[in-house]
Amino acid sequence: MREVAILGTGMTRFGIWEKKTNTELFAEAALDAIAASGLEPRDMQALFFGNCLGDFEEGQLHMAPFAHSAIGLPVSAPAQRFESACATATVAIRQAALLVAAGVYDVVLAGGTEKANSMGTPLATRTFAMACHAQTETPTGLTFPGVFAMAAHTYSSKYNIPLPELKRDMAEVAVKNHFHGAKNPKAQFQKEITAEMVLGGFMVADPLQLLDCCPFSDGAAAVVITDMKRAKELVAKPVAIAGTGQASGGPLAKQKDLTVVRARVETSRAAFAQAGLTPADVDVIELHDCFTIAEILALEAIGFYGFGEAHGAAARGETRLGGKGPVVNPSGGLKAKGHPIGATGAAQIVEIVEQLREEAGARQVQGAKVGYVDTLGGDFGTVCNIILRRG
Amino acid sequence: MEAVLSFEAYQEGLAAGRLLGLYCRDCGKTTAIPQAVCQECGSRALETRELEPKGILQTFTVVRVPPEGMEPPYIVAMAELSCGAWVTGNVVGMDPDKAGMDLIGKEVAVGARVVKGDKYAMGDLKVLAFTVV
Repeated sequence: MREVAILGTGMTRFGIWEKKTNTELFAEAALDAIAASGLEPRDMQALFFGNCLGDFEEGQLHMAPFAHSAIGLPVSAPAQRFESACATATVAIRQAALLVAAGVYDVVLAGGTEKANSMGTPLATRTFAMACHAQTETPTGLTFPGVFAMAAHTYSSKYNIPLPELKRDMAEVAVKNHFHGAKNPKAQFQKEITAEMVLGGFMVADPLQLLDCCPFSDGAAAVVITDMKRAKELVAKPVAIAGTGQASGGPLAKQKDLTVVRARVETSRAAFAQAGLTPADVDVIELHDCFTIAEILALEAIGFYGFGEAHGAAARGETRLGGKGPVVNPSGGLKAKGHPIGATGAAQIVEIVEQLREEAGARQVQGAKVGYVDTLGGDFGTVCNIILRRG
Repeated sequence: MEAVLSFEAYQEGLAAGRLLGLYCRDCGKTTAIPQAVCQECGSRALETRELEPKGILQTFTVVRVPPEGMEPPYIVAMAELSCGAWVTGNVVGMDPDKAGMDLIGKEVAVGARVVKGDKYAMGDLKVLAFTVV
C-alpha cells in the first residue's frame, strides 16, 4: 500500500447560502482545492462526492455527475455519491485514500456539499430524523437533538453527576467552540458566547438548549488526495493520512448505553493501530460536536479521557487554544463553524491540514504535528476517523 | 431465507396487544427488534416469543422542536424489558413538562400506539408506548 497525502484544500464559508446551488458551492471549494494542489480539473481521475439531502434541498438526486461537470472533470473520471449522514464526506475521503493507497487511482478529488439551512427547521428536522431507524425510532418523533439529549440524561445518571452540574460543563463546550469560531473567517458563528447565554436558551430537547446544538448550515468543502511521492513534487507541505478507521452501529435499542459509542471505540482503535500512534501523540482534534454532550462522548470513546471523565475538560480550559491538552475543535467545530452535513468531514480535514501546515492564523495550535478527525453519522450508526500528520 | 419474525408480523402483534421479540437459541438472549439475525450474536437460530410487556425506563428526552408534522412536547425514551432486550418508544399518560431525572429507573408497562405516517413514511406504524406503573 502506498503512503497517501492531502494536496490542496478548499471550503466555502459555512452558513446560509440561500441563493447558491449545491453544485455552485461545491465548485467553489473544489476549484480552490485543485488550484492549491498545483493541478487542473483535467488531472482528477475520480470524484468522491458527499451529499445527503439534495433531493429534499433542491429536488436533485444523483448530484455527483452534475458536480463533476460543474468543475470540468474529464468524462473518464467517475463521479460517485456518498451518503453516510453527517459522516458523509469523511467516508468519501477515507474511500478515496484507500483506493489511492491501493494504486487504483493516483489523484482523487473528494469532499461534499449541503444546503440544510435552506430547508428550514421543520423539514430539516424531519429529514435528519430519517437517519434514525425508520421502523422503530423515527415514528416516535425522535430528533437528533433528542438522541443526544437521551445520551446526556444517561451520562448524568450513570456517572452520578447532578444534571445542573453536567449542563454547566456542557455549556462550557459551547463557550469554548464559539471562542474558537470567533477566530475563523469561514465559521457560521464568529461570535463569542457565555455559559449564561447557553443556559438561558430555549429548550430544544430536554436537557439540550438552543446553544447546546449546532446549527443547520449550507456550505461545501473539498480536498485533493494523491500518493506521498507525487505530493512531495507538487506542494511544499504535504500532509500524510497516517491512519483511518470506520465502523457501524445499528438501531439505538441495539446500542443500549448511548454514552459509550461502540462503533467509535472500534474506529479509533483501528485508526491509531494503522498510524502506530496513541491519543498522547495527538496535538489537535476536530471532532463531532453536533451537540455539547457529543464532544464529551467523543473525547472519551477515542481515548483522550476515561469514560465519565471528559465532561469537565472544557470548563477546566484543557481543550481550549493554549490549554494543556490537545486542542479540540479550533475551527469552532460543528457548533460554531456550522454543520452542512455532506461537507462537514471534509471541512474537519481542511482545518487539520491548515493546522499541520501552520497556516491557521489566530487559531494556530503551536507546533501541531499530529491531528485527529472524528465524524459521526446518524444516531451513532457510522463513525469514521482519520489521523493526519506532517508529511 | 425469510426472517422468523417479519416487521409486518411484529406490527400485527402490536395491533393485537402482543409484544413479539426474538429468542436466540445460540446465545440465549432475547431482542425486541424484528431482524433476520440475533442482534446480540448474529445467529439465525431464532424463535419468536411473546415478551412480558414491562420494563425499566433507562433514559428519556422531551422533544420540543419536532420534525415537520409532529406536535410537541412529547417524551421519547428507551427502556430495558424484563427479558433484557432494550426498546425505544414514547412515554404516554403524563405531562411532558413534569418529566424529570426521577423517570430513570421507573417501572413501565409497555403498550403500543399508532403513529400516522407522513408522505415519506412506509405508512401508519405502531410504536411502543410506555406508561409509568
